[in-house]
Amino acid sequence: MTYFIDRRANAKHKSAVNRQRFLDRYRTHIKRSVEEAVNRRSITDMERGEKVSIPARDISEPVFQHGPGGKRAIIAPGNKEFVEGDRLRRPVGGGGGDGAGEGGASNQGEGMDEFAFTLSREEFLDFVFEGLELPHLERKNLVDLDEVRPVRAGVSRHGVPARINIVRSMREAQARRIAMRAPIRRALREATEALAEEEGKDPVLRHPARIAELKAEIERLEKRLEAVPFIDTYDLRYNNLVDQPQPSSKAVMFCVMDVSGSMTQAHKDIAKRFFLLLYLFLERNYQKVELVFVRHHTAAKEVDEEEFFYSRETGGTIVSSALTLVDQIIEARYPPGQWNLYVAQASDGDNWDDDSITCRELLVERLMPRLQYFTYVEITPHAHQALWEEYERVEAEYAERFAMRQIVEAGDIYPVFRELFKRRIAST
Amino acid sequence: MTRRKPIATGSDWNFEILDAFEEEIARLADEYRLDTYPNQIEVITTEQMMDAYASVGMPVGYHHWSFGKQFLAVEQAYRRGQMGLAYELVINSDPCIAYLMEENTLMMQVLVMAHACYGHNSFFKGNYLFRTWTDASSIVDYLVFARKYISECEERHGVAAVEQLLDACHALQNYGVDRYKRPSPVSAAEEARRQKERELHLQAQVNTLWRTIPGRPHGDALPGMADEEDPLGLHGGGRYPPEPQENLLYFIEKNAPLLAPWQREVVRIVRKLAQYFYPQRQTQVMNEGWATFWHYTLMNRLFDEGLVDEGLMLEFLQSHTAVVNQPAFDSPYFSGINPYALGFAMFGDIRRICQDPTEEDREWFPDTAGSDWLEAVHFAMKNFKDESFIQQFLSPKVIRDLKLFMVVDDDQEEMLEVAAIHDERGYRRIRESLATQYALAVREPNVQVYSADIRGDRSLTLRHVQDSRRPLARSVYPVIRHLHQLWGFPVRLESVQNEEVVRRYHWPLPEEERRD
Repeated sequence: MTYFIDRRANAKHKSAVNRQRFLDRYRTHIKRSVEEAVNRRSITDMERGEKVSIPARDISEPVFQHGPGGKRAIIAPGNKEFVEGDRLRRPVGGGGGDGAGEGGASNQGEGMDEFAFTLSREEFLDFVFEGLELPHLERKNLVDLDEVRPVRAGVSRHGVPARINIVRSMREAQARRIAMRAPIRRALREATEALAEEEGKDPVLRHPARIAELKAEIERLEKRLEAVPFIDTYDLRYNNLVDQPQPSSKAVMFCVMDVSGSMTQAHKDIAKRFFLLLYLFLERNYQKVELVFVRHHTAAKEVDEEEFFYSRETGGTIVSSALTLVDQIIEARYPPGQWNLYVAQASDGDNWDDDSITCRELLVERLMPRLQYFTYVEITPHAHQALWEEYERVEAEYAERFAMRQIVEAGDIYPVFRELFKRRIAST
Repeated sequence: MTRRKPIATGSDWNFEILDAFEEEIARLADEYRLDTYPNQIEVITTEQMMDAYASVGMPVGYHHWSFGKQFLAVEQAYRRGQMGLAYELVINSDPCIAYLMEENTLMMQVLVMAHACYGHNSFFKGNYLFRTWTDASSIVDYLVFARKYISECEERHGVAAVEQLLDACHALQNYGVDRYKRPSPVSAAEEARRQKERELHLQAQVNTLWRTIPGRPHGDALPGMADEEDPLGLHGGGRYPPEPQENLLYFIEKNAPLLAPWQREVVRIVRKLAQYFYPQRQTQVMNEGWATFWHYTLMNRLFDEGLVDEGLMLEFLQSHTAVVNQPAFDSPYFSGINPYALGFAMFGDIRRICQDPTEEDREWFPDTAGSDWLEAVHFAMKNFKDESFIQQFLSPKVIRDLKLFMVVDDDQEEMLEVAAIHDERGYRRIRESLATQYALAVREPNVQVYSADIRGDRSLTLRHVQDSRRPLARSVYPVIRHLHQLWGFPVRLESVQNEEVVRRYHWPLPEEERRD
């Protein structure tokens, strides 16, 4: 007897749990690989999986085995020229191993000492952004409750069949049956007793009419008892759901990048990679984060993501133009009462002569009071200039919400990024 | 014989075609008296095949990182094209579950049906090892029970605790079989009921074993009364256990002083599953040989009857040849003796000896030569394991065909010695030696529980009886560390050669003990 079953539609990823367990167990190894990969990869190449190798001895599952040494006989196929009694040199590195000496070596392209596997894109990014978050994210906008979530709210008599609560319905039905049958049963019992009493009397004293009447009564009651329905529409109960308004955490991230002439291609590349990380991080972890891309030379301009990451432009540098634009956008579109506001800025530290002071004033007076967090990365191997110094004064004033770091080469991007956005332990 | 029209041509398949082929194969298999469990053939995708692979083909399994590792390894190899997924996977269960991959061509599906659903299936049902050690009808139930039990343990005691315990058990799982006792089959429901009872009972037993209140002074006990207080005679003299125990996991389950009842049950689960795989480890050559022999025979019959066309047959022959290819020892593709090749050659040779015996065969196999071949192969399949099968049936012809030779590697000699080749003087020695090579007792080091110091420091001593001076590999330390976790007190391991202890291993390491 044979039967075929088509299982193709069944779930795949049956091993997902085991796979996850493995990744968890070798977290530290994998993280190291991921870190290297992030620093190595080009800007367009962030979103794919990654091959990871772990030393095989770290993940071996030991069992008792024969070690090299002692005396053993090996049977091997394919004898060509040997005759009994021939003596051969021990194969190099052999003596032990399995099979017949020569067979032991790995021809797999990579050594047996490495256990290599591929992380999926999801898993890779999980590792990249593990333990990061937007600092000081608050729930704002409790008044404007446009977001709702259905929550359970007991049971009700009305609803759609899909939401029927079987246990409660059956319980109601049982209660109703008990309630409806009780008086009938009582009457039935009385009638049965009366009948028994009547029939128990001396035949002379019996009352045939009364017996017939009682029998008819019993029959009628039994029919009524039967007629009580097992379940009635009246019994049905439905799981009730009501829409509950949800407080939401709305956030917007301003990405501000200097694209002036002083930024070399290498600088821009680093800046873009920093923002790309930020972009991936936000995209992935916060569905409701809006992104605003601002780039500037002497004038600032709001652009879309495509243009921000991929187009080129040059010119002088006036940083305050960007900050002013951010300020205007906030005024126009993101009232701070309703939004968590974040700014990330990248520049090489070059600025028009007196503009740095303007920047500080703008920040201290207009922006910082309204922002949740401001990060500044300066991409330069050289000494800091006026902008950095002015920003240091801002940092002194808003230590909690203002962070600045220097990036010298591509290898710094990921560590700096992690530092800026690492999860803080309930600081607010 | 009238030639019929091919059932289908080309490489596309659908369920009707598979059904039609299945019916024909079943008819032919019946002709050859292949007795099988009912077949449950599941069509699955590549991903599902990889999943199945990672769990050793078990349809359900408990969660453990090592299966995840397995999965990643398979996936990686498959992606890089190093490995085609084996096109068949079959489970020793009743009904017998076999997987067909949807990517396979029609030829492959037919081949897999013949190979797995009639070859392996009849082996599972007929071979004495499988009949003795596994219970096909209850395995799936048991797996369900095991998975549920282990995930309950994870909920109650944490994933990490369970994982560590499983790691330790897995390290010893090859030492979890009673070779001489037949276990009784139970269903999952029965198992769950018993498990409760067992917890209480087991703990009570262990408590007796490790009771710290001193027993009666030695020799004081009245012979008739000893049972009441000291049923196992533990407080008398002598070593415990009185006889060495080969089933390490069983010994741990019953005797480890500190394990909680749930931990004992987990040890038991690993032990039970190890036992289920025990016959497979000992019948690789036979099992694959048998299945290959039958897919070859059945496919040829289908062709003879005209049910498959030349195209399909050519594709089949190419695939079959690849499967039974045996690279020579000096080939870059060599990785030991191919069980498919050896097994197929041997079963084919038994048929030849019966049908067309030579003088040599009459001398070597007087009982088999000229007898009914079908009887002979069935007899061989039913009553042997690899070791005895080779000992019994490896013929000079097969030795010559494969050009087998024997090399002796002795670490006290400077050179290797070719001790025997495929000639008159060598046949018996090669046969003998190859059979030993497949003996489980030789393939795996012989390690047994020697004594548990129940009256002293509670340490556990194992003995490794060396086979021809072969020492243990370095993995011995991690393994005894795992054993130490289970036992809870110091573990010692002694390697013995000729009744003499030649090497000792300890865990914890002596330095650590001193530091404490």
